[in-house]
Amino acid sequence: MESMSARILVVDDDVALSEMLTMVLEGEGFNVHHAGDGNEAIEKFAEVKPDVVLLDVMLPFKSGVEVCSEIRKVSGTPIIMLTARSDTDDIVKGLEAGADDYVVKPFNPVELLARIRARLRDNNDDGAEVLRVADLTIDVSGHEVTRDGVKIQLTPLEFDLLLLLARKPGQVYTREVLLEKVWGYQYKADTRLVNVHVQRLRAKVEIDPENPTVVLTVRGVGYRAGTPTS
Amino acid sequence: MTITAIITGVMILIAGVFVLTSVGEDLYSQRLEGALQDSARATLQAQQVIDVVAGSDVRSLNAAVYSMRGTVMSVSSSDYLVFKRQIEQPRFIDAPQDIIVGLEFAEQVSEPLTKALLSAESLQYWQPISFKGENGSEVPGIAVGTSINMPSGAGTYDLILGYKLEDTQKTYSFILRILLLTAIFLMLLIGGLVYGISRIVFRPIRVAAATSRRIAMGESDARMPLQNDEYFDMLSENFNQMADALQSRIDELDTLSEMQQRFVSDVSHELRTPLTTVKLATQVLTTKNQDLEPSSARAMEVMVEQVDRFEALLTDLLEISRYDAGRVSITTEPTNIVHLVEEVVENLQPLTNQVIEVRPVGGYNPIDVDPRRIRRIISNLIGNAIEHGEDKPIVVRIDSNSTAVAVSVRDYGVGMSEEDLTHVFNRFWRADPSRKRTLGGTGLGLAIAREDAIVHGGLLEVWSKPGRGTNFRVSIPTSEDEMSFFSPLPLVPEGESGEQQSPDETGGWLKRPRRYLQKAKKIVNQKTGEAKNEKS
Repeated sequence: MESMSARILVVDDDVALSEMLTMVLEGEGFNVHHAGDGNEAIEKFAEVKPDVVLLDVMLPFKSGVEVCSEIRKVSGTPIIMLTARSDTDDIVKGLEAGADDYVVKPFNPVELLARIRARLRDNNDDGAEVLRVADLTIDVSGHEVTRDGVKIQLTPLEFDLLLLLARKPGQVYTREVLLEKVWGYQYKADTRLVNVHVQRLRAKVEIDPENPTVVLTVRGVGYRAGTPTS
Repeated sequence: MTITAIITGVMILIAGVFVLTSVGEDLYSQRLEGALQDSARATLQAQQVIDVVAGSDVRSLNAAVYSMRGTVMSVSSSDYLVFKRQIEQPRFIDAPQDIIVGLEFAEQVSEPLTKALLSAESLQYWQPISFKGENGSEVPGIAVGTSINMPSGAGTYDLILGYKLEDTQKTYSFILRILLLTAIFLMLLIGGLVYGISRIVFRPIRVAAATSRRIAMGESDARMPLQNDEYFDMLSENFNQMADALQSRIDELDTLSEMQQRFVSDVSHELRTPLTTVKLATQVLTTKNQDLEPSSARAMEVMVEQVDRFEALLTDLLEISRYDAGRVSITTEPTNIVHLVEEVVENLQPLTNQVIEVRPVGGYNPIDVDPRRIRRIISNLIGNAIEHGEDKPIVVRIDSNSTAVAVSVRDYGVGMSEEDLTHVFNRFWRADPSRKRTLGGTGLGLAIAREDAIVHGGLLEVWSKPGRGTNFRVSIPTSEDEMSFFSPLPLVPEGESGEQQSPDETGGWLKRPRRYLQKAKKIVNQKTGEAKNEKS
């Protein structure tokens, strides 16, 4: 159920671009708010409580990467970075700061909309369901992951990733398949997205991220969920 | 240093041999002199004893000889004596019998000595002999012969005395031992000295060698220390100045390349934002105005197309400038080349009516490459083949061996002349400017593809003949340790062998290109196999 009144916070210092972006998004029925710099972005985020944040990397006062990590401290709201640089560095930095996805300028508006919709997708349509992966318990409807009753905070994207793997324990997912199922990419995209997010997820759910038991790497193929332990 | 030791050794040896021979000769001649004098004295005494004999009867003669023998033995230091009537003399019945003291000695007195005595040209003759010493060793000696004239008809007798040179031999071997010991001692001393001195003398040079090696290994801040040696410190200073100059030049170039990279990056950023805005604006226009008049609709279409083309150009320009600045890092992951090629072909096949045939022979084993870049190479090559393939089939071959994986893309189109081949990797070069472009590349595709291959330590090569088509071959070594590799696929396609190349010619061992790369540290988590690249 895609909320037609989904709130989107656009953070970009370029006025013309922001204006056009707002026009396109509003044309698609979204409720668009705008912030022109990093500080304003933080204020607007607290005020608007958006469903998705579109965040430019190059911002006055506070860089997009900084804004990203500040938002992550308080919320798991999906963040899509808008970057003018396809340099590995910027993208990886943004992803490591907690961005869910990124779009490289000049992006195709259709593609951007697809990315936004993928992040707005609601996955908890399975009713009450409890899954187990390794020593973790996943409460699907409650969007909760616990280990020995202790709740682990995951962003919606990380939750989706873990849930997808957990639904079919033993099945190996390639990075491409994960990109399609979790990020909504219909074509070949940057598999680093998967790598970075798997690392972030591991940092949160694994007892020893060096020796993962929850998200296992199948070398040369992809990832799979660890078998549940009693 | 070894040479110094050898020369010293040889010199000591020569000196030793010289000392030994001269001492030996001197000792021998001294002893000989003594023996000759001794013999002469004894002969004189013996002759006197014989001369006073009155009678010539057997008894008196024998008595004279007996007393002579006593005299000789007492006067001379010799213990060996032969008193023998010379041969070829008339028989004389009363001639006294020969006397032999020391049978062993008598046997040694040889014919030349007796013959020489017979000739009587000189008063004394001598010959070297050897005695059997204790425990069977030979002791050198001298036999000295003189003549004694007997009274009446008894004739001339040889008086041969033997002298052992045992003492001389002992002295000689003693000296030899001393000399040998001295020589060994000297050799050791000189060896040690040479080693020690060379350590001291060559230390600055070793330091210099170590420093230059460190600089060669990339440790650009390595400098030579001062050694408190006038000449060496001069060298140190000059060397350090050179290293400083080199480093500052490298730093300067580094800064320049960084500046250029930043500039291109900034320009690209500045261009990308308005480009995005234009794209968004066209999106707004197209969605809002569905019923544009045909010319406006066409204008809109052209604008969308050209914005895309502009974007592609911008991306390629940024990429090539990144390569030019040497600031490219690759993110590798195990990749199945056959699957990768099949995906690319799947994506490109809809763009053309040409048959794109994939013939994978090997290459199924995943190798560590940057799949984005390899995909880009293959798309570029196939795109190129579509563009120039004259609607004839395109054959993509994949094979691997222990050293490398290769992909070749063959088209049967117009081909290129040798002149064209030299430009094919040049930027913005077009094979035939008058040809219609169907895919509309940026003109940077092959230049980037080649850099993409080189950044993997691989090579992108081309074969082409007018009217016969073109074959591009990219070979990627399977591991980073492979310094040279053997491409598993021929560059010259089968049935197209020229005069100088055989059909299965793969180019032999190819040398891995060395290219300055921004130091990309590959951090591989051993346990999880996760690899990520970090700039350092």
